[in-house]
Amino acid sequence: MARKLSAKARCDAKSTTVVVMRLFIAGRGPNSVKAIANLQAICEQHLKDSFRLELIDVCEYPERALAEGVLVTPSLTKLSPGPAARVIGNLSDTGSVLAALGVQPRMAG
Amino acid sequence: MAPRNLSKAATGIHGFDVLSRGGLPRNRTSLVMGRPGTGKTVFALQTLVNAARDRKEPGIFVAFEEDPAQIFENAATFDWRLPALARDSLFFLNAQLSPTVVQSGDFDLGGMLAILQAKKKEFDARWIVFDGIDVLLALLPDPGAAMREIYRLRDWLAQNELTAIITTKIDGAESGVVSYGFMQFMVDCVIRFDGRLEQAIPVRRLEIAKYRGSDFAAGEFPLGFGPRGMVVAAPEAAETHDEASTERVSTGFADLDTMLAGGLLRGSSTLITGAPGTSKTTLAGKFAAAACRRGERTLYVSFDEGGDRIQRNLKSVGIQLAAHLKSGLLRFYSGRTDQDNPEEHLTRIVALLHEHQPQCVVVDPLSAIAKTGALSSARAVGNRLIYKLRDLNATVVITALVDGDDPQAESTALQISTIADNWIHLSYLVLGGERNRALTIVKSRGTQHSNQVRELLLSASGLALAEVYSSGGEVLMGTLRWEKEAEENSRRRKRQDEFSRKHRELEFAEADIAARIAGLQLELQRQRAELALYTRDGAARRTSSGERKKELRRLRSADAVSTPGPAPAKQRAGRASANARKNGNGGREPRRGA
Repeated sequence: MARKLSAKARCDAKSTTVVVMRLFIAGRGPNSVKAIANLQAICEQHLKDSFRLELIDVCEYPERALAEGVLVTPSLTKLSPGPAARVIGNLSDTGSVLAALGVQPRMAG
Repeated sequence: MAPRNLSKAATGIHGFDVLSRGGLPRNRTSLVMGRPGTGKTVFALQTLVNAARDRKEPGIFVAFEEDPAQIFENAATFDWRLPALARDSLFFLNAQLSPTVVQSGDFDLGGMLAILQAKKKEFDARWIVFDGIDVLLALLPDPGAAMREIYRLRDWLAQNELTAIITTKIDGAESGVVSYGFMQFMVDCVIRFDGRLEQAIPVRRLEIAKYRGSDFAAGEFPLGFGPRGMVVAAPEAAETHDEASTERVSTGFADLDTMLAGGLLRGSSTLITGAPGTSKTTLAGKFAAAACRRGERTLYVSFDEGGDRIQRNLKSVGIQLAAHLKSGLLRFYSGRTDQDNPEEHLTRIVALLHEHQPQCVVVDPLSAIAKTGALSSARAVGNRLIYKLRDLNATVVITALVDGDDPQAESTALQISTIADNWIHLSYLVLGGERNRALTIVKSRGTQHSNQVRELLLSASGLALAEVYSSGGEVLMGTLRWEKEAEENSRRRKRQDEFSRKHRELEFAEADIAARIAGLQLELQRQRAELALYTRDGAARRTSSGERKKELRRLRSADAVSTPGPAPAKQRAGRASANARKNGNGGREPRRGA
């Protein structure tokens, strides 16, 4: 499915449902770097290994951005489970990202 | 930085390229701002269409506010054939952000710019429009972010050598997060659109607020929409080819041509004023029909009455236009004054003038545009139309409705009469319970025109001007004229009769006198004859009485003369004795008389 899969994409089909996501970034700009770091932290803390992430650089693959209507970056799309959702921004607000992904926050340190 | 003397890219929008001295700054960004519905999107899209269609310069349209499908639908009212263009030289990007999007932290336009970059390369686009960027900027969390994105956009545009138009809505109050002052500073050209209601009719205007490194026409200029899109009413560069023509153009009405010393001067403007029903349209129609018969392209502009109706009405007075319409020589423009403002009509008419290039134009009635919108703007429109027609050297007949019969009423309404070359006033003269049409040439520049008021006769066979009958300082028309003429005729006849009667009388008198003279002459002759007779008698008597005395003396033998006795007196005969008796002293008379 992923044409360009980042090294960070990990897959673990254990008991919990797998969250499938796509993150669109534009080059190596500050928002891109921040978004990747923020998403990484969120995944590690709240999703453990039950997620799949495709990372797309729109500067390299503009047709992907056009196909999915991605105009602003960074832009995170949740493909499954449940209804699709999109979060725009550098994902600095963890609460709203989790809400959009439909994931219960885990308070574990 | 590019050199000051910047290159310009024409928008192809009539009027705007005149105001901006050639168009928008090439490879720079122009900002178009204005309230909703003032024409920003049409301006931007039309520029893109013109460039793609007429100069094969592809373009990109980024729609933040509307779905491209919606834009296509709206543009279908213009003859742009947008879908065909969109296939190979225009690219529409639907940049509406989903309302369900969740925002978390800062973001930028990286995605959009990547798409545009790719499309630019693919299409070799030269133009780009960002329509409704305010929608996008409103999503940015703070003014700082908005400013950053605008700069990002500007840098991207500069790198890509695109001529850009950014449109943005502004409300009365400065809403949203973006300081438009800053945006205006950033771009090279700022165009402001404005729309307001003037007496319930929308009036749109645009103004070039800024044009870095270029001269431009300052001020607000009206704009309107025609079949080809937006038209901006730019003050025309005065092409004063005022080589005054001396050619006469027929009014289509021989009697009137005579009054105008042969017709209207080519390129002149003629105002026909009059109350309702004074046959203004008939005169205008005659002119149009005559122009078409001469093979001249003609434009008939009518307000509040469709071309079909006018054609039918003119047909009823023997003016046929259908064939000329079919041949394309004649075109109609019919405007509704309850829907559009005068400016909009003007811009459409001007566009039609450029398209049809008519040599003769009828505007019927121009006064209709004064009904809507502000009077001052209607006046300005009227004047501009006449000047425009003059520039095109078109011979124009304009009708104007005036209330009542006072031609001066026109001068207070549209004030066309002061700039028109000719002014013909039609009026009703009500006399003796009858309304009759009268035609007066109030003025005619450069023409020895008749200054007589004439009666206009209208029939199915056409028009005619009757000699009017003036009597006692009054112009008489219709039945009154007829009556007066009849009366005058009978009076003349009576005078004639009177004269011949008098003549005869005098002849009689003369004959009478002559006869009397003849009688007297006869009398005179008789008198003379009598006198002669009498004289002869007297002489004879004297002789006889002398002889008698001698005889008596002789008989008395020298006796003294005695008193003659009565006897001898008795013997006397004739008149002498009678006279003596009359005198009463008969005794002495014979002595004395003898």
